[in-house]
Order: sequence, then C-alpha cells, then structure tokens
Amino acid sequence: MTRTIEEINAKIKAGKVVVATAEEVVGLVREKGVKAATQAVDVVTTGTFGPMCSSGVYFNIRQSTPKIKCGGGKVAFNGVPAYAGWAAADLLLGCTAVSEEDPRNAVYPGLFSYGGAHVIQDLVQGKVVKLTASTYGTDCYPRKEYSVELGLQDFASAVMFNPRNCYQLYNVAVNLGKRTIYTYMGVLKPGLGNANFATAGALSPLLKDPTLRTVGIGTRIFIGGTEGYVVWPGTQHVAEPQRLANGLPQSPSATLAVIGDLKQMSPQYLRAASIVGYGTSLAIGIGIPIPVLDEQVMAHAAIGDGEITFPIVDYAEAYPLGRPGGLGRVSMTELLSGHIEVDGKKVATGCLTSRAKAREVAAELKSRIQNGGFTLSRPVAPLPGAELAQGC
Amino acid sequence: MAIKKVVLNFPPRLIQEPVTYHLVRDYDLQVNIMRALVRPREKGRMVLELTGSQANMDKAFEYLDQVGVQVDALVQELRYNPDLCVHCTACTAFCPTGALSVDPDSRKIVFDASHCILCESCIPACAYRAIECQF
Repeated sequence: MTRTIEEINAKIKAGKVVVATAEEVVGLVREKGVKAATQAVDVVTTGTFGPMCSSGVYFNIRQSTPKIKCGGGKVAFNGVPAYAGWAAADLLLGCTAVSEEDPRNAVYPGLFSYGGAHVIQDLVQGKVVKLTASTYGTDCYPRKEYSVELGLQDFASAVMFNPRNCYQLYNVAVNLGKRTIYTYMGVLKPGLGNANFATAGALSPLLKDPTLRTVGIGTRIFIGGTEGYVVWPGTQHVAEPQRLANGLPQSPSATLAVIGDLKQMSPQYLRAASIVGYGTSLAIGIGIPIPVLDEQVMAHAAIGDGEITFPIVDYAEAYPLGRPGGLGRVSMTELLSGHIEVDGKKVATGCLTSRAKAREVAAELKSRIQNGGFTLSRPVAPLPGAELAQGC
Repeated sequence: MAIKKVVLNFPPRLIQEPVTYHLVRDYDLQVNIMRALVRPREKGRMVLELTGSQANMDKAFEYLDQVGVQVDALVQELRYNPDLCVHCTACTAFCPTGALSVDPDSRKIVFDASHCILCESCIPACAYRAIECQF
C-alpha cells in the first residue's frame, strides 16, 4: 500500500492519524510484519539529543539611539565574541565561541565553563545577557560604543541556524594511545580504557530513513522544542556513501542544515555542554517525522538496535592523522549493554547522546502530531544523492 | 560486622597524630583509605571505609571524638544533580564501582551514593556539570 503526505495531513486534521515512535515500530514490525505495520501506522517519529557543535544563532538587535553599525566592528555576548560581518544590526553567535579571557587548553585539560552555547542557554532560560559592541562611526551610524542588557524577547529576531546537525551514523571512539585524551567524543582513557558513542540508535532521525526518501529540503522538523525546517544538506554531507545490505551507511554520511526560531525554544530541549579539554557545544533535541508512504519506508524505520552497526575508530592516532581505522564494527545493542569487545578486550561504553531525552523528543513530536499541532511538509527538493519516495 | 564510610576532618594540631594506626591497633578495625588530603598547618581530610564489630566501631568513634577528629557521613560529598543531568551516560564508563549506572529500561542515570568512593573520575566526563565534589 502507499499513501501521500496530503492524505496523512488530512488524517492529522481529522484527528485520525496513527503515530508511533521509531522505537515502537521496531517491535510492531517484528510482531505483525512490514505490511500490516505500514497499513496501521501513518507517521513514525524519531528523536535525538546530543552535542552538535555546528550550531549557532543569528540575532537582529533593535537599534540604539543614536544608531550603531555593528557590521565591521566587534561584538560580544557576556564576553563571548560573536560575528559582526553582516549589516548594522545582524550578529551571529556560534555555540563553540569562548571569551578571549578563557584560558582554553592553556591549563590542560581546559574546563570551557562558559561559551556561545551557554549564552544561548541563558537566553532560552529567560536570563538577560550583556551585549557589548565597539565599532567605527559613519554619517548614518554615528555611535561607536554600545552596551546593553538583553533578554531573548528583546531581540527583533533570534534564529537558530545550524549548518551541520543530525549526523547519520557516527564513530565509536576509543584510545589506543598511552595517555588520556580529551576529544569531542569525550574523555578517552589510554589502552582501550573506554569506548564512547554518540547516537540515538533505533530512534536516530537519519538512521530510520537511511536513503533519505522522506526527508529533504523543506522538511518540517522538531527542533529545541519548537517547529523548524531542514534548509539544506548539512556541511560535510556525503551524497553517496558505501552502504550495508540493510541500506545503512558504513561510515558517517548524511547531515542536515536546520533552522528554527530560538524565541520559541525550550530549555528542556537545549543544553549547553562544557566538554573538558575540547570546548563548549550545544546539545539539541531534534525530531524528524517520517511519513509512512510505502512499505520500504516502514521497513527502514523499523530497523532495530541490533541491526545498526558503527565503525570503531582510534582517536589517539587514526582520527587526528586521518588514517583508516580497521578496529571493526559494533551494534547499538552491544553498545547499550555497557561493554563491547575490541581487540579481544572488554571495554566499558559510555554515550554522549541521551537515549532518554531522544525518547522525550520522539514522544513529544508524536503527541503534537496526534493533537493536530504539527503537520507534515512535502520536501521541495531531495538531499544530494537521494531520491524522494512517491507521495512526497 | 559493621561497615561504614566516613570522612574524618583533622584540625592542624592532629595532623602529626597516627590516628589511623590507633583505629587499627586499639579498635581492631579494617581501614580502607579511599582518599586523603593533608596539607601542613591546614585541616586534613580523609575518606575511610571502616569494617569491624559494632562495639569496636562505637568505641573508635568515641576515641575520635575525644581527640578532636570530626566525623562526617560520606553521603553529601559527591553531589549528583538530576536537574542538570541529561542522561547521556558518558559518566558510567568512568565509574569503577557502579555507583553511576544506567537503568536498562529507562536509559536514565541511577546514582547510588553508597557505592561511591569519591574517585572523581566521573567529573571530567560530565559535560553538563551535573556531578560536583565537595571533598
């Protein structure tokens, strides 16, 4: 059987839509088969929650009197530098930015207690931040210095725009070296002391639609507690990855550029992270609805933790030097068990993505669709390397 | 047999005293020193796990009280703040005793203070500063 996005939206409006989370359909398909599950379920909701460094917010500030031209000058939020290379009142703050005074890794490993992510978190939590700007004066923008305390609603606009989120599949990081290393994959103890992974597994948005048949440019998504959109392929998007038999890529591949209104976001789904020895980052809750357009969509959405495998990569040498890993693959089920085996050694696992929060995201998106508060959008174009399903 | 985890606080004048020796020799206690922080002319602190008979344990605490060593329960030393925790589980691979573990069903972090030995390995692993050490 097949259905279209219009049919699903009509059911959402009529209050008759059937929604299941990406974890729920794993069991449903195992029990009743792909065909029956396709008939029964209209939409599958996914979710993830983890640090995504390529995230930031662009702001438009209301002008001061006299007016100031931030563009070409210097700006900072609570001492954290932002980018002022646009027009007079448009600023961009990335989540990994840290203050000039921060010792960074000069005192190793650096603590990175406050950065762009924390400014964004402060604003979403309802706190005020101090904006400081210094620039040159012009005839139309004479002011040279400006300092003001602003809350989130004081900005004319505050838009989260993330050039790369939602990596499809990610490495399992280990350390074959002789000293503890501090990476974006967390602290890795020497001699295979631990293994860190970063994925929501059977809930992960792009793992549940591995060939990107239902997600494309223009797809409406759940981001940070509100509605947002996929606006472009993410940076470093791999259009034609090598795939396993079940359609999943073998290595990190598809990524998404996403957008959403920061003013509508909730601290429940946005958290600043201080990754020791690495830097600051922003953990974001993102959920993508998968319209069940045909049986293949359902078959992919029902891939379970046992069938999703990840490459194990050494972050002491192989990753920084760009050498191939070759430490084998492990399944999500093994990773979730708390231990994996690498090179014959039992290694404790820890995750950077919160499965518990990913569930919250998928459940919240499910309830919004069921309540008629979230309808599905038809992608306006496929992502590079993908072909959209009929009905999209 | 009683087992107790305690924090001993030594005033500067007692830093030269062999207090642990007395606990072993006079009160027949097994002493497992989990952490110690002693600086000359400052207060010293020591985290101990004591094993012995209840009667000896009571006498040992009396002795500690008499010489002026303040004894605190260990429970408040490492604080896990569930409001700051996002349940990513990065800390669990670092915890040598299983005090921090993952509930396999909810995938949420469970902190059992009675297993914590204050090694602080979990602290750099937490990006959300949800674990704080008071030691």
